[in-house]
Amino acid sequence: MATVVAVIASTHHPFYYRASTATGEDRPPFADEWVRKITAFRETLTAARPDVLVMVGSDHFHQLWLDNMPQFLVGKAPFYDANWYNEEREFGLPKMLLKGNEDLSAHILRAGLDEGFDLAFSNELRIDHSITCPIITLRPEADLPIVPIYTNIFAPPLPQPKRFVQLGQTIRQVIESWPSHLRVAVIGTGHLSLELGGPRQFGPHGPDPEFDQKAVEWIATGDLERCLHEVTLDSLHSPGNATHGFMDFMLMMGVAGAGRKADYVDSLDLFHTMEAYFTWYPNGVDA
Amino acid sequence: MSKYLIDKFLYMIDRDPELVERYREDPRGTVTWWEAERANTVLNCHGGEASTWQRFTDEEREALAAHDHVALFSLGAHPFLTLTLFIAMFERDHGPLEYQKAFGARLAHFSMPYPDIAT
Repeated sequence: MATVVAVIASTHHPFYYRASTATGEDRPPFADEWVRKITAFRETLTAARPDVLVMVGSDHFHQLWLDNMPQFLVGKAPFYDANWYNEEREFGLPKMLLKGNEDLSAHILRAGLDEGFDLAFSNELRIDHSITCPIITLRPEADLPIVPIYTNIFAPPLPQPKRFVQLGQTIRQVIESWPSHLRVAVIGTGHLSLELGGPRQFGPHGPDPEFDQKAVEWIATGDLERCLHEVTLDSLHSPGNATHGFMDFMLMMGVAGAGRKADYVDSLDLFHTMEAYFTWYPNGVDA
Repeated sequence: MSKYLIDKFLYMIDRDPELVERYREDPRGTVTWWEAERANTVLNCHGGEASTWQRFTDEEREALAAHDHVALFSLGAHPFLTLTLFIAMFERDHGPLEYQKAFGARLAHFSMPYPDIAT
């Protein structure tokens, strides 16, 4: 059976690519520290020696739209083109082509359905920065096959927070039941407090540093009980109107397991939103 | 109200570089053209399967025609769509993050709960 060698949760700040590649006067003052943090974070994936990446993210109205919006969708394609015109326009992100692993996609779909998740699927999925940002930060070689999983954190009505946790638990179980010798890393990106298109956007910090502090503590300690007690679809409006992306962090806590402390925790207080980086090694780093 | 149609307008314009420029230069004309020619396009269907019933209210049409992102926010337009499209049109006229911060400042009179964005 396949082995989950690393579980990784992070933010997906789309400005990293431009900030880290900028030179001279264009290079922002926080870029060097940001690169140092990312380089250390990247090593936590490299050390796990993964063969395939299951990538949890959320489409930002690039391919999925209000005419037909899935709550949870699994990509099943041999390749995924990536990044969209408006991401190139706003963030300078490059076009990318990532290889898929259709066998693992098919297994997640079949076993996920059997476990009670009515997963949507796509054989022609073009992915966006929620998945390419962690490739850029954690695996810039972009050499490993991926299985993208999209969640709806964006277009109400949304699934309840507990459903994200349950999906994470199911993803872990399903991957470990995959008849394969491959080493799988599960990488998911979400948000801490974040406001987009509202009065609190683009402040010197995320819109709610107090929420960020609590959220980092929940994730770092695997405190799903406290997290589920305090987080509701309604409460997530308070830290910022785009904070529902935090439910993808909750999904990753489900993958890692309740009560499971992260083996690696780091953060960086940036403008707009706080960056946060977590890695769990379910079987130890050398497993 | 047709929040869905507002969002559909923002979504379809934002995806198309030529339409972004057209909407920047001629917002009223673009809204008029789009409502007549594109609003009833059913995405992922060919033209023969178009819908027949979608149109803006006067308030919605005016908010779009006036580039009035504050009115769009109050109408419950999805704020991500408004923000990305308006950055595409107007960030170029300002210094780094200047437009984004001003965009937020113009919404300062809104407090929680914000207008519902469910369509």
